[in-house]
Amino acid sequence: MTPSKAIRWLLAVLALACVLALPSPAAAAPADEWGFRGLLRDGEKQPVSGAAVQVKDGDTVVGSDTTDDKGRWEIIPVPGPGTYTLTIDTTAASGHFAGDEYEVDKELVESPTTLPVLNVVVSTTESSQQVASFTDRLAQRAVSGFNLGLLIAIAAIGLSLVFGTSRFTNFAHGESVTFGGLTGFVLAHVLGLPLLLAAAVATVLGGFFGYAQDVAFWRPLRRRGVSLITLMIASIGISMAIRSLMQFSFGSASRGMTEESWGTVTLGPVVMPATSYAGMGISIVVLAGVGLWLKHGRIGKATRAIAGNTALAATSGVAVDKITRIVWVLAGALAALSGVLLGVFNQVSFDMGFNLLLLMFAGVILGGLGTSFGTLAGSIVVGLCTEILVLWIPADMKYVGGLAVLVIVLLVRPQGIFGRRERIG
Amino acid sequence: MDIIWNSLRELITPTTAAYALAAIGLNVHFGFTGLLNFGQAGFVAIGAYGFAISVMTFGFSTPLAIAVTLVLAAGYALLLGVPTLRLRADYLAIVTIAAAEIIRFALNSSAFAKWTGGANGLYNEYSGWLKGSNPYPSGVVTVGPWTFGSNDLWIATVDWLVVLLTAGAIYLLVRSPWGRVLKGIREDEHAMLSLGKNVNLYKLQALVIGGVIGAAAGILYVQPTSVQPFDFATRMTFNMYTMLILGGAATVFGPILGSMIFWVVMRFTDELVNLGVDGGLFDNVTQGSQLRFVLVGVALVLLVVFRPQGILGNRTELSFDAK
Repeated sequence: MTPSKAIRWLLAVLALACVLALPSPAAAAPADEWGFRGLLRDGEKQPVSGAAVQVKDGDTVVGSDTTDDKGRWEIIPVPGPGTYTLTIDTTAASGHFAGDEYEVDKELVESPTTLPVLNVVVSTTESSQQVASFTDRLAQRAVSGFNLGLLIAIAAIGLSLVFGTSRFTNFAHGESVTFGGLTGFVLAHVLGLPLLLAAAVATVLGGFFGYAQDVAFWRPLRRRGVSLITLMIASIGISMAIRSLMQFSFGSASRGMTEESWGTVTLGPVVMPATSYAGMGISIVVLAGVGLWLKHGRIGKATRAIAGNTALAATSGVAVDKITRIVWVLAGALAALSGVLLGVFNQVSFDMGFNLLLLMFAGVILGGLGTSFGTLAGSIVVGLCTEILVLWIPADMKYVGGLAVLVIVLLVRPQGIFGRRERIG
Repeated sequence: MDIIWNSLRELITPTTAAYALAAIGLNVHFGFTGLLNFGQAGFVAIGAYGFAISVMTFGFSTPLAIAVTLVLAAGYALLLGVPTLRLRADYLAIVTIAAAEIIRFALNSSAFAKWTGGANGLYNEYSGWLKGSNPYPSGVVTVGPWTFGSNDLWIATVDWLVVLLTAGAIYLLVRSPWGRVLKGIREDEHAMLSLGKNVNLYKLQALVIGGVIGAAAGILYVQPTSVQPFDFATRMTFNMYTMLILGGAATVFGPILGSMIFWVVMRFTDELVNLGVDGGLFDNVTQGSQLRFVLVGVALVLLVVFRPQGILGNRTELSFDAK
């Protein structure tokens, strides 16, 4: 390994909360012992094994552990509530480390709402000043950004199609993404299915989820003839209800999608997990398929006809209700696929879809509301901006970059790159 | 019985008052003008942080801190409104929710932790002005069936005074010629344009006024507690929509009534969750309380579909319900 690669690995060393138990109201009875538990990963979200983790109370070492091959560590028990210093020494760790040491203070708080074992998030900001050349980091970020952009695009095309056929902005679309992520997690992590199979099953289930939403909420509301604003507020309510239900059953922690490892691929200065490239391949195939279907398929053409002029499409013999239903199924399936891929790319959490929703909006508006090709282009630009801006802004403000794009576009060119002026007024 | 009295106590708590005030601001946007602001939490966050940082970091006097905060909120409203108000309703909704999240991410970030405290928020070292002027006897004060800490009761008193004054001002405003133009815009923008009204200017004024009220609510919201970035998540905005539509959008007292009912119900279900935790139904309070927000979401859907006028509203006055 060359030094420059080693440094990229150290862009961020993260110890992330990882609760491995299956979420169920009965499963996780709080233990009485206090302690820390965490997951140590590098900037590419690969586990770091063999790093020494210590918990100190002042200068006294109260416990130590070495991360296992999944990067997990656990120091239980510690004497009780209080402030402890966590040190992470990567000298003996696997991979490309220069022996950096990290130190962070963590407080164990006694309260009825927190568990005595603290799941730890440590992030270091000082390591990025090390040697990786700017262009290398830029290349790494650009590939990540392209990946993220494709994920946004898959989900956002569903949002855009629903907008075209059902005429409202569905704020609950993010929950379909989360549905895919959580279903994938249950299939791959809990049931231990191979990742690709889990992704396929989750996508199909996502289609059912989309169908169920249409049958349960949107078709009855369309029949009642409610207004655009009512639909948007209703979608917010549905989004809140589903998201809280997911938080109830899944918990608030972020978790890895799978323990399956495909290794990493090194292309020039860019080191990425192989799963990311597989995800990009799947994304591109799916996006091309949807594009061709919209352009040449019978139902695809009908979808565009409805988006263009619903009344005219209906009088020309397009079965508007049936097509709308198909679009909901497709949107649900695409969102679920995006959720699985996002879960592999990042992590699975109950609000992953809601966070992605705002980036989807940015992509859709940047491309021009209601244009599928624009949505694709806009999403990729937003993905790139989100990841590349991390070179200058702190990682915990990552999404701000993507959202800032949204605000700037509206200032400069509100119809987006490919949009038409009359759609926006 | 305790559960019921504890729940009813929420009728007059400072949180209820602060939410009522923020919902009054949202009502100026959504109820009276028809602007779909999905980011009221952003204005509240600006109020809370603007005030706390002005006092704690810059050492401003209280009146100056309040003035700076409200001016900041007005500037933020202009920033949002100028590019988006000429566009269709979805755009304002998307931009306000995105901007509110940008604010929350920035406040939560470690980058500005020197001023904002990052994810830990800020301890309350800014409400001395209120506590210093407390006329109630120190210790515990009994009001009817409830007991309050002396400071809490004083903060509640001040909060409700602000809420009532604002409600009075709104009552006068919406009956003024200016208010009638706002309602005209809500009902038919093009008709107002053809009458020679500068529709965008009126919308912008409404956005600024509602936003400033939201920021004032932010100042009140953090007086009894510390500032926590997580409080200003999108959930806050949609809680406000629920209370607004519950009480009655486009009415003067709708947001206040809505906030009272909302918090009484939330407290009541909270008490039920506590019973559930005692009975072993849930692991812990946090988990049980997620279920309450499922109820809030469902309630919002049912309200907006089946009773968009809420309790006090007039259905014929709600254009958002029209096809």
